[in-house]
Amino acid sequence: MSGPAALPTLALIFAQLSLLAFGGGASVLPEMQRQVVQVHPWMTSGEFAALYALAQAAPGPNMLITTLIGWRMAGLGGALVATLSLYAPASLLTFCTANLWYRFRNAPWRALVQRGLLPVTAGLIMASAAVLTHSTITGWQTALLTGAATLVFLLTRLHPLIVLAAGATLGVLGVLG
Amino acid sequence: MRDAPASPGLGALFMGFFTIGVCGFGGVLPWARRMVVEQRRWMTPAEFSELLGLCQFLPGGNTINLAVAVGARFAGAAGAVAAFTGLMAAPMAIVIGLGVLYARTSDLPIVRHGMAGLAATASALVLATALKIAAPLRVRPIGIVVALATFLAVAVLRWPLPPMLLVAAPLSILLAWRFRA
Repeated sequence: MSGPAALPTLALIFAQLSLLAFGGGASVLPEMQRQVVQVHPWMTSGEFAALYALAQAAPGPNMLITTLIGWRMAGLGGALVATLSLYAPASLLTFCTANLWYRFRNAPWRALVQRGLLPVTAGLIMASAAVLTHSTITGWQTALLTGAATLVFLLTRLHPLIVLAAGATLGVLGVLG
Repeated sequence: MRDAPASPGLGALFMGFFTIGVCGFGGVLPWARRMVVEQRRWMTPAEFSELLGLCQFLPGGNTINLAVAVGARFAGAAGAVAAFTGLMAAPMAIVIGLGVLYARTSDLPIVRHGMAGLAATASALVLATALKIAAPLRVRPIGIVVALATFLAVAVLRWPLPPMLLVAAPLSILLAWRFRA
């Protein structure tokens, strides 16, 4: 299924993800991959990881992979529908609760809910990392690169784009096997 | 506006978030803070942190939610749309351009190899983010168990997220309340 016929499915998938994305977009990455690789076999997990990498190489919010999936399935219309579906429900919720939130700024339940959601968010983003590395680590060279890049991201303040460019350069040089 | 000296209109909201969208390589949040608080002085640091707290608490992209909330505060629904459109316009155009370029060249060995390196590094970025977010759990053994269970359900068992979250989120909040320090 591709072209305009894919639009309702795209809208449904990404609108659902919107309201589940606690802790930001990265927490719904595994579900997004499950939907477009397993449930609707639109692409392989390797293609999904490649689209994610492309999205990271572009500026702006970090879930642009949605735009790419939509574009791939149904051109510009698909890109717009997928992107709007991912952001509109959560945006509407933000729009409606912004004033209410200010009123509860000192309520103890707010800190409690935030504290309670943290382990779930941590588990989800760890799952995102596992789902991605499962298809991006293809041998000991890419495993080494992933480990080294993770350490660089954790221990230095180097700009992420520089590290991404370095990874791509290593690949182009053919040292990754 | 209480303390902020300037109250932006629709054009300023669009342009302000447009610049964030263009510069924001590898995470837009620091740029958003710089634009809203330091450069344009639309909000005080305290107001910004307060609003950011909401945006991190609600589902969805933090910066997207922030654009919507900032736009809404200054110019209602139209302001929210202006800020959102400004933030997304350039990144969407750029990423589609990259996608087209990649689709046309993905058969070339040099592109394939470059993509392998880029993809491995991009997944390392997610891994690093996960470790940073999990760091505060070091002193919360029950939190670690919940995080591991979530990981197992989603990454290994590949359970669908909606029912999984419906159980895990309230349970985790309940545990945090029951075992609060």
